[in-house]
Amino acid sequence: MDELLVVEGLRKFFATSRGIVRAVQDVSFAIRPGETFGLVGESGSGKSTVAYTVMGMYRPSGGRILFRGQDITMPHARRPLALKKELQIVFQDPGSSLNPRRSIREILELPLRVHRLVDGRRLRERVEELLNIVELPPDYAEKYPRALGGGEKQMVAIARALATEPSLLVLDEPTSALDVSIQAKIINTLVRIQKERHLGYLFITHDLSLMRNIAHRVAIMYLGRIMELAPAQVFFERPLHPYTQMLLSSIPVISEEEERLKPAKIVSTGEIPSPVNLPPGCVFHPRCREAWEVCRREEPGMREVEVGHLVRCHLYGA
Amino acid sequence: MQDVLLDVQNLVVHFRVYGGYLKVLDGVTLQVRRQERVGLVGETGCGKTTTMKTIMGILPKPPGVVRGGRILFKGRDVLSMRPQELEHLRRSGISMIFQDPTAALNPVFTVGEQLEDAIRYALGRRDHASVREVALSALQSVALPDPPRILESYPVQLSGGMRQRVCIALALAYPKELLIADEPGTSLDVTIQDQILRLIHRLAEERKMAVILISHSLGVIREWTERVYVMYAGTIVEEAKTGELFARPLHPYTGALMRCVPKLTGTGIAEGIPGRIPDYFDPPAGCRFHPRCPHCMDICRQRKPQLFPVDENHRVACFLFGRNSRG
Ligand SMILES: Nc1ncnc2c1ncn2[C@@H]1O[C@H](COP(=O)(O)OP(=O)(O)OP(=O)(O)O)[C@@H](O)[C@H]1O
Ligand SMILES: Nc1ncnc2c1ncn2[C@@H]1O[C@H](COP(=O)(O)OP(=O)(O)OP(=O)(O)O)[C@@H](O)[C@H]1O
Ligand SMILES: [Mg+2]
Ligand SMILES: [Mg+2]
Repeated sequence: MDELLVVEGLRKFFATSRGIVRAVQDVSFAIRPGETFGLVGESGSGKSTVAYTVMGMYRPSGGRILFRGQDITMPHARRPLALKKELQIVFQDPGSSLNPRRSIREILELPLRVHRLVDGRRLRERVEELLNIVELPPDYAEKYPRALGGGEKQMVAIARALATEPSLLVLDEPTSALDVSIQAKIINTLVRIQKERHLGYLFITHDLSLMRNIAHRVAIMYLGRIMELAPAQVFFERPLHPYTQMLLSSIPVISEEEERLKPAKIVSTGEIPSPVNLPPGCVFHPRCREAWEVCRREEPGMREVEVGHLVRCHLYGA
Repeated sequence: MQDVLLDVQNLVVHFRVYGGYLKVLDGVTLQVRRQERVGLVGETGCGKTTTMKTIMGILPKPPGVVRGGRILFKGRDVLSMRPQELEHLRRSGISMIFQDPTAALNPVFTVGEQLEDAIRYALGRRDHASVREVALSALQSVALPDPPRILESYPVQLSGGMRQRVCIALALAYPKELLIADEPGTSLDVTIQDQILRLIHRLAEERKMAVILISHSLGVIREWTERVYVMYAGTIVEEAKTGELFARPLHPYTGALMRCVPKLTGTGIAEGIPGRIPDYFDPPAGCRFHPRCPHCMDICRQRKPQLFPVDENHRVACFLFGRNSRG
């Protein structure tokens, strides 16, 4: 089998004072080497929870996670060091993920030391190499995070994630806090690195236009479930789920050419329900213009309607 | 022009900080006509909010200092207004939906208390029943479900989209001629943002209000405005009818920015704009975009280009298009 990561029936619930938050339910997907697997969805749909569970930062409430066929459904602390090295994550907020009291050199040396990747004499050289990969000049090693712009901080976070030579990178909204002119540079760098190193990316964003340009396959989440999963081109050209269609039709675009690629406008109504108090049946039914009686009663399962194109909707039932 | 509602000329605003001044707004010029929907677009820190706060008379001073320029609202000079006149302006002329909806709402009072307070203040009503009526209809007008329950709620008990709508209700609780909407719904999801923008659009039409819509999203601006100003580092670099701007961007910055926006066509993403936004402490002389501009000429380092009309519906501040413009 050539899958890098396999997630099967993943579930993650949180017990809170407000009740049980069903953050992730029955999520399954796989990522191949060199592939960008995109996870899109609106706020609170469970994208980060999936990412953190894959990273071992959360213990799953159910389901399995396999890395190169090996079960890694254990907490981070119990994962073997060799495995931790293989999976790295870059977070949304470039500021808070870097220790402000450490220089960029110290920040980049830390994973090299923890994983004993290079001996002392080569540390300096390796830090320079890492900065070079993300196109930052070598003198940045002596700077502190506060002296860097938001985009540059995110480049350092990416360099740090690459230090252990991982095979899978989880990118949780790596450019959402940045301007498009800075985003462009980071995305181009990420695409180049992926080609050079044949990395698998789990790429999370709520920006569908960005997703169109980077993902090979896309899954869309709503209230903890994957509602549709398809190769990127199919996902954008022939979306099946009413939620995917609504979301795609609401994207603001900047040209007539793009306007023509959007599904006919579906006016969005209603609020996204709270994951503590999920509606019965299909979780999307209160906002779905296609909903009929069965949608209010029964939760639809995930169905493969054509090869590699899965959808969770009664419209495509047997 | 007869129908000009707001006229801002050459606005210069600095911020006093340790060791000197941040020279943020460097001669901002813009006009809004009655009932017009105008967009202001630009990247983080280019001065969009600062411009609007100065127009509203709520620029914090210090550290803010207005160094020059003029702001006329219905022909009256806002910068020389006394506090009572400014109060009146905000009560009956201009209102603003702030970028951060949480900051605009007080967490320790219910929505009803805040809304009724604003209405009582604006309309001078004392009788509780009629104030409550107005508050309920304000919430109804922004399509909030179950207004009586919302009136009893504290801001934290509402979702982001509902809070944003409460802010709109608060801004529009009584008639205004100009609404400034500073990034409405950008922190929210696209489907909810779409609902909010549609709502603002509808209310503006019903009430014959002009709108200034501020956003860093070119897509949002394209969809919801009639005319656009593009801002870069405290200056207006281009102004055009919305359709015209997107069909034919002229300023090198506008063009570069449009290429950076990911497209649904999936044709890849441009390389980005080289360099960084300028340091306001010591901004570049001449055109503020010149250090990043691939077409930079000698004159660009020396003189500041003024907005130059290339045709009736399109003006650009760039020497490529008007070598004789004065700075
Ligand atoms: N540690 C936690 N304890 C309790 N609830 C949590 C926790 N982490 C996440 N949640 C809840 O789980 C749901 C999914 O959250 P998650 O952060 O995964 O969403 P997301 O898709 O990443 O959203 P966003 O786009 O806003 O980042 C939300 O309702 C969130 O409030
Ligand atoms: N009170 C202040 N004191 C010092 N500097 C300030 C103050 N307010 C704004 N600035 C500076 O002025 C510049 C413009 O800020 P402003 O908030 O107007 O930008 P903006 O275009 O609204 O950005 P955003 O898209 O992030 O909202 C920034 O560099 C900011 O740091
Ligand atoms: Mg998240
Ligand atoms: Mg702002």
